[in-house]
Amino acid sequence: MRLNFTTLANILLILLVGGALWLVERHGLIGDYQIYIVKLIFINAILALSLNLIYGFTGLFSLGHAGFMAIGAYVGALCTLLPEQKEMMWILDPIIWPFSVLHTPFWVAVLAGGVVAMLFAFVIAVPVLRLGDDYLGIATLGFAEIIRVFIVNMSSITNGSLGIKGIPAEATLLTCYAWMIVTLIVLARLLFGNFGNVLRCIRDNEIAANVMGINVFNYKVLSFCLGAFFAGVGGALLGSHLSTIDPKMFNFLLTFNVLMFVVAGGLGSLTGSLLGAGIITVLLEWLRAIEEPMDFGLFEIPGIPGMRMVVFSLILLLIILFRREGIMGTRELTWKSLRRLGRKKA
Amino acid sequence: MTLEMFFQHCFNALTLGSLYALIAIGYTMVYGILRLINFAHGDILMVGAYFVFFGTFAYGWPWGLAAILAIVGASIIGVAIERVAYRPLREAPRISALISAIAVSFFIESLAVVVFSGQPRPVLQPEWLISEWQLGQVRILKLTAFVPVMTAILVAVLLYVVYKTKPGLAMRAISKDIETTRLMGVRVDNIIAFTFCIGSALAAASGIMWALRYPQVHPYMGIMPGLKAFIAAVFGGIGSIQGAVIGGLALGFVEIMTVAFLPELSGYRDAFAFVLLVLVLVVKPTGLLGERMKEKI
Repeated sequence: MRLNFTTLANILLILLVGGALWLVERHGLIGDYQIYIVKLIFINAILALSLNLIYGFTGLFSLGHAGFMAIGAYVGALCTLLPEQKEMMWILDPIIWPFSVLHTPFWVAVLAGGVVAMLFAFVIAVPVLRLGDDYLGIATLGFAEIIRVFIVNMSSITNGSLGIKGIPAEATLLTCYAWMIVTLIVLARLLFGNFGNVLRCIRDNEIAANVMGINVFNYKVLSFCLGAFFAGVGGALLGSHLSTIDPKMFNFLLTFNVLMFVVAGGLGSLTGSLLGAGIITVLLEWLRAIEEPMDFGLFEIPGIPGMRMVVFSLILLLIILFRREGIMGTRELTWKSLRRLGRKKA
Repeated sequence: MTLEMFFQHCFNALTLGSLYALIAIGYTMVYGILRLINFAHGDILMVGAYFVFFGTFAYGWPWGLAAILAIVGASIIGVAIERVAYRPLREAPRISALISAIAVSFFIESLAVVVFSGQPRPVLQPEWLISEWQLGQVRILKLTAFVPVMTAILVAVLLYVVYKTKPGLAMRAISKDIETTRLMGVRVDNIIAFTFCIGSALAAASGIMWALRYPQVHPYMGIMPGLKAFIAAVFGGIGSIQGAVIGGLALGFVEIMTVAFLPELSGYRDAFAFVLLVLVLVVKPTGLLGERMKEKI
């Protein structure tokens, strides 16, 4: 790696933010609720980046993200829970052997979540990735639903519809940040090299890519599996962050949320995904206010439960109708573009 | 399994299959013309069912009147969706329209949660539909006969419209080549709106019968039937109305019969349709009656 201004600045920025987060967490500078939201932003950023790889850079319209996240979350939970906890919790069916004694450190659990999600992705990739756009969307959506149905029914492993509670909260602020940085670096290194060019070529013109001698199918499988890996990682972190998971949580709405981050941020822009995840997550939390009763002293407006999702889907609709490229389009926020921006203003 | 039970299951499968078929027709017509999966289609079903629920329960209208008004209301909503969310994106990449469709679908669902509340509500079944006929050992709920008969009538009317009238001709022309059809002096926008109107009306009709069959309504009731009906449309060959009917009936029989013969699989019932989808797409991507669509270079 050449040590130029950009690399140095990046490393410095990463360490600076990491140090700040460490201080914040250690001394409790901000409230628990704020920490909760910042962690959620990091996890959502991982999910957005992984979907952006699959859809924004490779052009594979996958709606199966919730399925991969579910796999990651369940594997992560099974790896981190203590054997005694599992014995108490599995009421419907006692938990079967290898899972009942499984106990690993958290980073292994997260990694395992990603790897298992990737294996599933590989298995379904071969039949499903032969399909074009919207058929692929429906097939992957179907896959996510099948995963959910299996989780409900295989109660000797997953505790069925009761879900898993009390997952150790090992996803600290710094852990989530570290995983996001890892995701970002891996994807950036891959996507701004030759690999990224190949993927973009497949996205923009598959036939041309074929004619150039690119093995389109292999690259698609690779991109899909890599995306699924990070989706699994995100799922495992999310499980630990929320401490409770159940099959109902991993429905289509979750995929829709991630899709929203990516579209809002800009398809085919990594920094766009970070921005999208950050802004939409904060917006979603902020929108909770309209669901609660508002007290104006003299009179009171009762809260409207469910209004949040109405506003949310309306925003996505407006984005896709009026600003299809999202915040960033396919551009990236880099030191260079920042400097150019600064010069323009001066 | 006794023969009587087998017939009983057959009738159930026929009913469920008819409902899938009605929904699948809407998907297949819109996809045939615009190459768009109308994600909001399942929600139109839900809206139709809610209209009937409020018409009969809250205002005490007779069933027939409530059903007709609900179908009209749902058609208007279907046309409005096309106008607002799909028409501006007709020249955009296809995936943009698909995301727009997903957003509309969520918008309708979450609006329904706000307006109708998220609680499932029981539907009062009219007396004359829940009485039974006794045929030897087989007892048939009148409703399970009513649904297939009603479906057959609606499909017959639809086939007449599509194959024997001018707007139907225009519809078929658009599905072949939208640009040339426009050049021939056909008002393409109006015909597309008409297509959405018909598709939504059929979805609403199906939603009403769905609410009668499984007597409750809730804001998310349209999602699963919608997805499965789309799969039925793909199975039958997307773009083909006859294919949608065959696909819907086939899916109904697969679901009911698999659970009937292998009760231990009943928990996995919702997964059957998706397994079927993957199998169809791998073995014969065009479906049973679909035409091969060539990729243009």
